Amino acid sequence: MTLLTLIPFVGALLVALLPSHRAARMSGLVLMAGVLGLTISLALGYDRAAGGIQFIERHAWIPSLGVDYFVGTDGMSLMLLLLTAIITPFALLSAGPGISRLQVVLILLLETALIGTFTALNFIHWFVFYELSLVPAFLLIRSAGTKESTTAALRFFIYTLLGGLAMLIGFLAIQIAAGTFDLIKLGEMGASLDSKLAAAFGWPSAGLLVFCCIFLGLAVKVPVVPFHTWLPDAYSEAPSPVTMLLTGLMSKMGVYGFLRLLVPLFPQRMQELAAPLLWLALATIIFSAFAALAQTDLKRIFAYSSVNHLGYCLLGIFAVAAVPMGAPAARAAATNGVLLQIFNHGLTAAALFCFVGFLERRSGGLRGMAGFGGLRAAAPVFAGLMGIAIFSSLGLPGLNGFVGEFLIFSGTFKLVWWSAALAAIGLFVTAVFLLNIIQKVFTGPLPERWSKFPDLTSAEILTVAPAIALMFVLGIYPQVLIVLFNKP
Amino acid sequence: MISLIPILPLLAAGVTALMKRGQRAPAATLVIAAQAASTVLSLLAFLQTLGAEAVHGDVARTYFNFPWLSVGGETLSLGLLLDPLGAGMVLMVSFVSLLIFIYSVGYMKEDANFTRFFCFLSLFSAAMLGVVLSNSLLLTFICWELVGLASYLLIGFWFHKPEAAAAAKKAFLTTRIGDMGFLLGMLWLYSASGTLLFYDHGNGCLEQAALTAIATKTACIGLAVSNCIALLIFCGAAGKSGQFPLHVWLPDAMEGPTPVSALIHAATMVAAGVYLVARMFPIFSATGNVSVALTTVAWVGAFTALFAALIAVAQTDIKRILAYSTVSQLGFMMLALGVGSVTAAMVHLIAHAFFKALLFLGAGSVIHGVHEEQDIRNMGGLRKYMPVTFITYAIGMMALCGVPFFFSGFWSKDEILHVAHQWPVSQLPFFMAAAAAFLTAFYMTRQMCYVFGGSYRGHAHPHESPAVMTIPLGILAGAAVLMSIPATPAWPWFHGYHTGEDIALDFARLIEHDFLTIAGLSIVIVTAGIGIGCLLYRRIGIESQGERASRPFGQETSQALSHTRAGRPCPLDHSNAAPSVDPLQKLLPGLYSALANRLYVDELYNATVVRALGLLGCLAAWIDRWIFSGIVRLVGALSLLASALSDLFDRFGINLGFDSLCGGLRNGGRVFSSWESGRVQGYLRFLSVGAVLLLIILGWLLT
Repeated sequence: MTLLTLIPFVGALLVALLPSHRAARMSGLVLMAGVLGLTISLALGYDRAAGGIQFIERHAWIPSLGVDYFVGTDGMSLMLLLLTAIITPFALLSAGPGISRLQVVLILLLETALIGTFTALNFIHWFVFYELSLVPAFLLIRSAGTKESTTAALRFFIYTLLGGLAMLIGFLAIQIAAGTFDLIKLGEMGASLDSKLAAAFGWPSAGLLVFCCIFLGLAVKVPVVPFHTWLPDAYSEAPSPVTMLLTGLMSKMGVYGFLRLLVPLFPQRMQELAAPLLWLALATIIFSAFAALAQTDLKRIFAYSSVNHLGYCLLGIFAVAAVPMGAPAARAAATNGVLLQIFNHGLTAAALFCFVGFLERRSGGLRGMAGFGGLRAAAPVFAGLMGIAIFSSLGLPGLNGFVGEFLIFSGTFKLVWWSAALAAIGLFVTAVFLLNIIQKVFTGPLPERWSKFPDLTSAEILTVAPAIALMFVLGIYPQVLIVLFNKP
Repeated sequence: MISLIPILPLLAAGVTALMKRGQRAPAATLVIAAQAASTVLSLLAFLQTLGAEAVHGDVARTYFNFPWLSVGGETLSLGLLLDPLGAGMVLMVSFVSLLIFIYSVGYMKEDANFTRFFCFLSLFSAAMLGVVLSNSLLLTFICWELVGLASYLLIGFWFHKPEAAAAAKKAFLTTRIGDMGFLLGMLWLYSASGTLLFYDHGNGCLEQAALTAIATKTACIGLAVSNCIALLIFCGAAGKSGQFPLHVWLPDAMEGPTPVSALIHAATMVAAGVYLVARMFPIFSATGNVSVALTTVAWVGAFTALFAALIAVAQTDIKRILAYSTVSQLGFMMLALGVGSVTAAMVHLIAHAFFKALLFLGAGSVIHGVHEEQDIRNMGGLRKYMPVTFITYAIGMMALCGVPFFFSGFWSKDEILHVAHQWPVSQLPFFMAAAAAFLTAFYMTRQMCYVFGGSYRGHAHPHESPAVMTIPLGILAGAAVLMSIPATPAWPWFHGYHTGEDIALDFARLIEHDFLTIAGLSIVIVTAGIGIGCLLYRRIGIESQGERASRPFGQETSQALSHTRAGRPCPLDHSNAAPSVDPLQKLLPGLYSALANRLYVDELYNATVVRALGLLGCLAAWIDRWIFSGIVRLVGALSLLASALSDLFDRFGINLGFDSLCGGLRNGGRVFSSWESGRVQGYLRFLSVGAVLLLIILGWLLT
């Protein structure tokens, strides 16, 4: 487990010493392949019958503060590790051979931070990696080199840093009240944590305040409307491979935070606040879908679409929290749906931004929908494969997107029927803007300027092929992933 | 074995998807072979259901279910089902698809994306066969969406045409509005009954226990849960089957190649909606045969039948007329379902599939023959040039109009009128349907006069289509006639087949009073429709013939061709052009133009739904830009202000104090350091002054 975190970290340091960017890219790939192999072997070695948290390593770090180096994984974090191990090399490959040595180093550092976040079980340990991810991400967004990207990176950094700060304050309060940062122990306290907070601070609403602090930190990260305004700029100004990492992986840190921190620590608060939380999730789903409809820049459309898709995750999480007792089947459906959706969205959104990156490379950075048209005639393979990714995002049955959304909706409908019914509006609007993209970019007459538009090269096809293949596999037989985290 | 029926075309689609553009013959062969194999399997499956004995007064059903997902402790299963309802349908779908595929080899011969076309066709057929054979509402939904995808790909097949791309998107989105209803209905059904399998040894959602459960519960709006579910599912069916107000995509869908139109309008896609309602009929009728859900279905069906038939009267595109006639006929089927007769609907569905495929393929042959012209005003006289197409088309037309006795449409439509007449709720749907039947006969006669009557008004030289296209036409024409045998009331074979009752041949039913009234009425209607149609439109041919009696045809076209080639406007254009004013337009100009504009439903959509979506999108973007980002900017500005204030405070408060303190210290130091001048006399002076002061203080203290 520690090895998993160390490979990309040590690797990054070594890559920094390499002489050429080509060697850096190659060794980066080799390192990522190592991580992928190790993650797969972990997933295979995970004892599913026993379930729970396994591969635990624990060492005292700052004993006086109760800070431990404490790692371990359960099915959920294994799934996220797998996603990390798949998306990182995907992003690196999609950048093509022109990637600089610095970028490779930063991507490896980001991978380190992600792995650290997804395995940590002590809050401070978790928080260190959570915040650590910001630095390479910030530098990667800036690596686009434009003035806008600098602004966007700064905005992204300040937003998430402030969110993180709120979360840190919340956890310090928890430490004072409960005396530990150990997430597992805190989770076992559950409902009593709230009263401990109230007792420690002599104020009955202390628990609520702490809840809000942590919620704020995570809400910025996911993001939840209206804390999302950093996102469209960051996603659209960053280079496409970086956006793949932002949307595919970093947004998952927020959702993971909800599942790992907020839900186990504050079950009662979640239930009390279920109605406003569900409305927030619905606002996220519907608002971002409509906002995407009004965009013309492809990257901004997909950025809002990402917010929309993660909204379904939140919907499932909040619906489960709203009904803590009874309906085990519906709760299981929604929970598994959320986890599947996390993986599916990571895969599909990364693929979509990868295609946008290919498009930008061919058009000289142009990515407004209006500038294109009829590309399917010039680049049929491009159009076909990107079409598959778009339909996966749209939730077409047979591809991965459908299964997660179906499970979320079926669980949520049973638990809180009105929220599922309203969220269906989002499903429809999503289809509208996604088909708009196909219509405007790929169909119609081919303009003269794009008549020489090159189709995908075989290297590019190989880059996206695994992702496309996974979309089919998970769409047809999702059980292959579900077994990892399903609790029978 | 039945699992192979959809899987074979699916595999064929998968393999052809990977083929290169140039591999035309292998692709077509593979797809057609797979389709032929599944047709044979469908036939075997059909024969199997014929031989099966009815059990406990219910029809024999064979099904197998298999787990797909297990989440928590629960398993979500999918399954396949073979029963009479599906077996007849599956045979029709695979057979009609096969004929259309064969026809496509001829029709799409010139197309560059021939291979891709066959891939999509095969996917379409596979998805539709999946819908028919599914034993789980979830699997139905999955295949249903794939049908939508395939139709999207095929309608937009000529993607370089902006209209085709727009029509494809419209089809997908319009049906998706309905599908959202379907999805919610499915979720509701799942949460209410705990299963999505239709039949599962007594535990399925269409079996008694579940039906009773959902029929007795009442939802918040006072309807039984079963009715709510049924209505939501009907939204999906209305979308796919082009019921008002979700019919708008269907006429536009003819932007696709003609075999696709035939496939959509006959075997797949639109049939899916009617089939879905037929399949879910136990839920629709869970609270009795005049449930709220069924009543809604009946009214929507009757209205659609009449509404679309009216619009068809004023269209001038050969395929658009047929498209509206499909919408209208689907209305008939929905009406039949709504008044409680699954058999009448299914018989009409299957009969309609044959003759509508025939008509569309015939229209394709016409379009092909006159070189991609679709406007009926530029046709005429084609019976001389395209005899096979003419005869088969005429058979299709007579079947659609319901010409008595020898054509399937007569019997199946008659049965629908019959059941509608017996509906206890209202007689109005019956009259609406009768009016629609009259209009059907009328507009089809109009179309025949324009296309085949009179003399040719176009430019290109018309020719008969190759055998690969005309042979499927012949087979379908045969089917359109033969289908009348099992549909007559003398031998209501379908009824028995669907319900498991024993049916004997009984000619006495033919002369029952009930039947005679309706049959007589429908004969009158058809005769009136065709008669008035002939009366109005017969003259079209004669007029244009009269105008050009002096010019032999060959000369005319060669002239036309030479003119066109020379790039000059053809002088024959005007004299040749069809009478620009339709005879009906002369009679009722206002009504005609409203109908020609499709009663402005598209405009209504553009003004409401499309605009609302756009506005909401802009609103969301605006809120994002000015409110959410505005707040952030405000916070940013406030923090800048705060930092500026603290800067000021720093500079003029703390800094000033600090600076002055430092300055004071510095000055003090300077003063003090000036004292340390190093001059001894100075030090001594200080010392003596100090000693004197000390002495004075000491003296003062001691006294």
